[in-house]
Amino acid sequence: MPARLEPGVVVDGFRIEERVHEGGMSVLYRVTGGDAPFPLLMKVPRLGPGEPATSLISFEIEAMVLGALQGPHVPRVVAAREDGDPPYLVMERVEGRPLSEWAERAPLPSDEIAPLGGALATALHALHAQDAIHLDVKPSNVLLREGEAVLVDFGLAHHGHFPDLLAEEYRRPIGSAPYIAPEQVVGVRCDPRSDVFALGAVLYQLATGRYPFGAPETQGALRRRLWRDPAPPRALTPGVPEWLQEVILRCLEVDAEARYPSAAQVALDLAHPDQVSVGERGRRTRRAGLATVARRWVRAVGWEPAPCPPPSAYLERASIVLVAIATTHHDDAQAQALREAVARIVAAGGHARLACVTVVPPSPELGGSGEDDTATGQRLKHRVLLRHWAEPLRLPGTRVSFHVLEASDPARAILDYARANAVDHIVIGAPPRELPLRGMLGAVAPGVAPGAAPEPLQLLRRLGTVSMQVAAEAPCTVTLVRARRTS
Amino acid sequence: MKLALLADLHANLEAVEACLEHARREAAEAFAFLGDLVGYGADPVAVLDVVAAHAAQGAIVVRGNHDAAVLELGAETMHRSAEAAIAWTRARLEDRHRAFLASLPLLVRRGAAVFVHASADRPEDWTYVTDPLRAEQSLDAAAAPFVFCGHVHEPVLYFTGAASRPVPFHPVPGVPIPVPARRRCLAVVGSAGQPRDGKTAACWALWDDARERLTFHRVPYDVAAAAAKVRAAGLPERLAHRLERGE
Repeated sequence: MPARLEPGVVVDGFRIEERVHEGGMSVLYRVTGGDAPFPLLMKVPRLGPGEPATSLISFEIEAMVLGALQGPHVPRVVAAREDGDPPYLVMERVEGRPLSEWAERAPLPSDEIAPLGGALATALHALHAQDAIHLDVKPSNVLLREGEAVLVDFGLAHHGHFPDLLAEEYRRPIGSAPYIAPEQVVGVRCDPRSDVFALGAVLYQLATGRYPFGAPETQGALRRRLWRDPAPPRALTPGVPEWLQEVILRCLEVDAEARYPSAAQVALDLAHPDQVSVGERGRRTRRAGLATVARRWVRAVGWEPAPCPPPSAYLERASIVLVAIATTHHDDAQAQALREAVARIVAAGGHARLACVTVVPPSPELGGSGEDDTATGQRLKHRVLLRHWAEPLRLPGTRVSFHVLEASDPARAILDYARANAVDHIVIGAPPRELPLRGMLGAVAPGVAPGAAPEPLQLLRRLGTVSMQVAAEAPCTVTLVRARRTS
Repeated sequence: MKLALLADLHANLEAVEACLEHARREAAEAFAFLGDLVGYGADPVAVLDVVAAHAAQGAIVVRGNHDAAVLELGAETMHRSAEAAIAWTRARLEDRHRAFLASLPLLVRRGAAVFVHASADRPEDWTYVTDPLRAEQSLDAAAAPFVFCGHVHEPVLYFTGAASRPVPFHPVPGVPIPVPARRRCLAVVGSAGQPRDGKTAACWALWDDARERLTFHRVPYDVAAAAAKVRAAGLPERLAHRLERGE
C-alpha cells in the first residue's frame, strides 16, 4: 500500500481535499486546482507489494481509453501522469447518483426501469460508436445525471485503436461475475455485444432484484452461463411485463449473434414498449430444457473465439433506419420509390432496424365525435397505413416498428425522433421537382390548419419543405427519394 | 524527435516518394530505412539514390535479405520471381550502389531503440517475426524497450501488457498509439514498396519518442505506374500483379 495522500498535499498543481473512495485497485480523491470549470476527482492506482499486479495495467487502460473518448456519457479527462510518483488521473467528478441506488430498491416497476435502461443503452451505444467497449458494466459503474447515464471505471475497457493491455495468450475471464458475458468468460474482449449482455443483466436485476446467474466465485461456475439460461424474470416477479422480459432475455442470449445487434436498438425498444415484438422469449415461463442445454454445452466445449473486428464494425450492420411516410397524403409512386430505397438500405445492413414514422397534426386539432375521428382512432388508422406500406418488405417483427408522431411541425418531429433514438439514416421523399429549392429553407410552413384541407400545391410545398429542413438539420445521413418519372 | 520508419521499399519509387512526402507533411525530422531497399520493383537505382541521400544526412539504414542477395552474401533460398528480380537488379546497379549496400549494418542501436530488418535475435538468419514467441525473442536479444523492423510485409505492433509475452495488435492507420518505454514493444512497420495485407497503399510509421507515440500510416500511391514499370522491365508478371492486389 502506498503512502496515502493526505488532504492539503499538492500533486502537479492539484490539491488533495479528501479521500472519497477506496477500491480494490485504486483510491479516489476529491481535488481542486487547474482551470477546468467542473469539480475534479483524482484516481491513484494501488501499487507496491501486496497490491494486485493488474492495478497499474487497469490504470493505464483507463487513462488511455478515457483520454480517447468524448461526449456526455464519459467523465472528461483533465490530466494524466502514468509515470508520476504517484501515477494519477485527474478527471471530471460526475455529479450523479449511481444506478446501484436503484438496484438496491429492486424489483422496480417497468415504467421506472425503461428510462434507466434506455439511458444506459444510449450511453453504451455512444461508447461503441467510438470503437470502445466498457466490459465492466454494472450498476455501481453507471451514474445518472439529469436523466442521462455516465459510464465510469474504464479499467477493464477495450479500445479498438489501441493494443489491449489485458489481452492474454491464455484466455481467462476478466470482469464482474454477475454481469460478465459468456464470451468474456472465455477471454474474448472485443465484442460490443458483451456490453449488451451486461445491460441485460442489469435490467434483469432491476426487474427482479436478483442476478440472472447469481454471483459465481469459481471459473467453473462462471462457465455455466455458456449453456444455462437464467430463470425468466416473470417467473420470479410476475409483475414484469412480457415486453420487458423479451428485451431482457434477448440481451442475455448466450450467442452474441442472437442478442440485440446494438445497444441503440435496445434503447429504441425500451422507449417504445408497445412496439416490442413479443415472441417466445417474452412468454417463456421456465428455463430452456435439457436438450437445449446439452446442445449449448457441446458447443461451449469446442468454442474457438473468432478474431476481433473493430467494435464499431458491428454497428455498421446494425443501423437504425428511419423512413418518413406521409400517410396523410396518397402518392403510390412515391410510396413505392421509398419502399425500394428502404429495401436496398436495409438489405445492406444484415441487422438494420427500420422505424416507419409518420407525422399527423396534434390531436386537439382533430375534431369530430365519431369513432374514427378520436385521437386514438386517428393514430390507429395511420399505424395501419404504415404497416400496409411496410408489408412488402417482409421484415420480421424484431426489425421493424411503427410510430405515429403528433406534431404541427413535421420536420421538427422527425428530427427530434432521430436524435432521441440514435437514428443512423433517414429516408424521406425528395421535394417535388417543380419546387424552386432556393430560399425554401427557413420558410417552413406551419401544420395543416384545422378544418381546412390544403390545396394540392400547398401540400406539395409543405412536404418538400419538410424534407429540405430534415436534410439540412439531421444528425445523420439523409436519403432523399424521388419516384422516377417516365415522361 | 519525430522519426519516420520505412521498411521493405523494394525498388518501388512511386511508393517511397509518396511515403517520404507524407512523412514531411507529418513533420518527420529524421528517417530510418529498415532494409530490403531493392528487389521485386523496377526502380532500384532511383530508390537507392534516394535512401543514400538520406543516409548522407544522418538517416538510419539497415541491410535486408534482398539487399544481401544482390551482393551475393549468404545463400538464402528465394522463390523464383524474387530470384529473377535479384538477378535483374544486380545487372543494373553501379559500383556506388553496391558500395552503399555493402556499407550497411544488419542492426543499429540508437538510444532506447533497435533497428533491424528481420529479428534482432541473429539478424543474419532473416527470421520472420510472425508470432509472440519470435517477437519476444527479438525483444530479448535487442535488450531494448523498442524494436523497429520489417521483413514481414504487414504492419503489426507487438505490445507487452499483462500477458507473459507481447501480444499482436493490428494498428488503425493514422491513430497515435501510446508507447511508453516501460511497456516493451516491437513494431513491424509494414512494407512501403510491396504491401501484402490486401491493401495497396504503402506503409510507413512515425515514432515520436518525446511524446511516446507511434503512428502507423497508409499512403495511396500510383500503383498503376509502379506495376507498369515492373512489366516494362520484363520482371515476372506476378510482381506487378502483387502491387495491384496488395497481396
